[in-house]
Amino acid sequence: MPILEIQNLTHTYGIGTPFQRSAVEDVSFSVEKGEFLGIIGHTGSGKSTLIQHLNGLLKPTSGQILLEGRDIWAEPKKIRNIRFQVGLVFQYPEYQLFEETVYKDISFGPKNQGKAGEELDHAVREAARLVGLRDEHLEKSPFELSGGQKRRVALAGVLAMEPKVLVLDEPTAGLDPAGRENLMANIREYHRHKNATIILVSHSMDEIAQNVDRILVLKSAHILMGGTPAEVFTRVEELLSAGLDVPQVTRVALALRDRGLPIDSAVYTVEALERQLLALKRGGGPC
Amino acid sequence: MLKDITLGQYFPGNTAAHKLDPRTKILLVVLYITALFTAKSFLAYGLMALVLAVCVRVSKVGLRALVKGLKPVLFIIVFTGVLNLFFTPGEGILWAWGPLHITSSGLRNAAFMVLRIMLLIMGTFLLTYTTSPISLTDGLERLLNGLKRFHVPVHELTMIMSIALRFIPTLIEETDKIMSAQKARGADFESGNLMEKAKALVPILVPLFISAFRRADELATAMECRCYHGGEGRTKLHVLKYGRRDYTALALGVLVLAGVIAMRAFGR
Repeated sequence: MPILEIQNLTHTYGIGTPFQRSAVEDVSFSVEKGEFLGIIGHTGSGKSTLIQHLNGLLKPTSGQILLEGRDIWAEPKKIRNIRFQVGLVFQYPEYQLFEETVYKDISFGPKNQGKAGEELDHAVREAARLVGLRDEHLEKSPFELSGGQKRRVALAGVLAMEPKVLVLDEPTAGLDPAGRENLMANIREYHRHKNATIILVSHSMDEIAQNVDRILVLKSAHILMGGTPAEVFTRVEELLSAGLDVPQVTRVALALRDRGLPIDSAVYTVEALERQLLALKRGGGPC
Repeated sequence: MLKDITLGQYFPGNTAAHKLDPRTKILLVVLYITALFTAKSFLAYGLMALVLAVCVRVSKVGLRALVKGLKPVLFIIVFTGVLNLFFTPGEGILWAWGPLHITSSGLRNAAFMVLRIMLLIMGTFLLTYTTSPISLTDGLERLLNGLKRFHVPVHELTMIMSIALRFIPTLIEETDKIMSAQKARGADFESGNLMEKAKALVPILVPLFISAFRRADELATAMECRCYHGGEGRTKLHVLKYGRRDYTALALGVLVLAGVIAMRAFGR
């Protein structure tokens, strides 16, 4: 059974006003346990609206969201429980920090959950460890930290709730290249060690290509396509027409193929292209 | 939702009301309010309602938007109405029950007060609906220019005002975002007693203040980078100029006020 199932989800803003507009329309997909799913789409394609449904921040206009087979809106009064199970990290989450110390800020979520004492302490320290924060950081004020570290604190604040599904909205936006790679490495490690289910929303094709098992492409409130990175990145034309890009290495492969090299252009990692090129060279091709 | 707040929202348009000089509109609103508070008879209120209706018609602002503006003050309107209805002393008691009584003058008072507040709010809203915040503060600055002689920092005050107006939607959006983010961490803003509810606001207010300060700081730097140094010697891109339309509108405004004063003088 999929851990998360979205059935015919539609969300319409401003019903009955001249500004009525569907941000998400008849979207269905499911996420398996332990899967790393990537969602890409142009600005305004409905990504943010979509993910805010997953933890019940927004209520669908029509359609259902099933978490482990149960409709999350079955008991509207208990929607807070859903938010602990589906952890959502917003864009630029460092702007939501408010406590005096990093430790206290991370413990905000688990405390709301009702954790206390040993259990709380363990959850906070484990989350801090997962995002690579050292013990000495925990007693500092979050406002003394660097941008990248603040973001880690915010991420830890959600991880400390030990959610079953983690949803990340552009977690690396605005970080420098080293900061991006470090943060993604932490997220990958979290995925691997905890067999966690992760949904990653990103603008960066390279980031998506390198990390996820499966990709959903959104275009103007609908799912344009879905599949493994290899499947999605072969449909270059459609991606470009949706205002999206392909990973840089895919573009290199395409350019090489255009110049007559017999290359499978559905590559999205540098290693895969390297293998192909080496094979060509050994085979005595025109390389 | 917070997004639904319409406070002094501007509806762009190209009507005569939009084209009036902002100073004219501010002066007209002053005349209108004076007239409203002078009015003492149904005839006078009728005239004011007619004036408002004509203005609404000219400005092409939907009546629905105007009525929507009344919603936040509905409580005050009802409260004033009820208070005046039941507690006005006077002759000719129509209905009484314990300390409560309705007199004919109470009925009159209540009707007048409710009418007055409604007309007042709709009239002032018409100003902000048809005038962009920028031109509104621009007009205000020019109108208050004379006060500079008394060392009133008119330019600075209007600049503060326009920046504040400009940032209302931004901060509302920001608040919405922060609220969602804290809700995602299980924050609960709905349940609990008053004290707990106040405490629950801390996770919103702290980030909001920090972000407001950050924005102010960034804005100040950006303004300095563009050589802003206060109002001294600053010229305007759009120089305000009264036209024939403005004189006509002002003349009509004065006429209405004179009419209302005359009605009051003759006790009608």
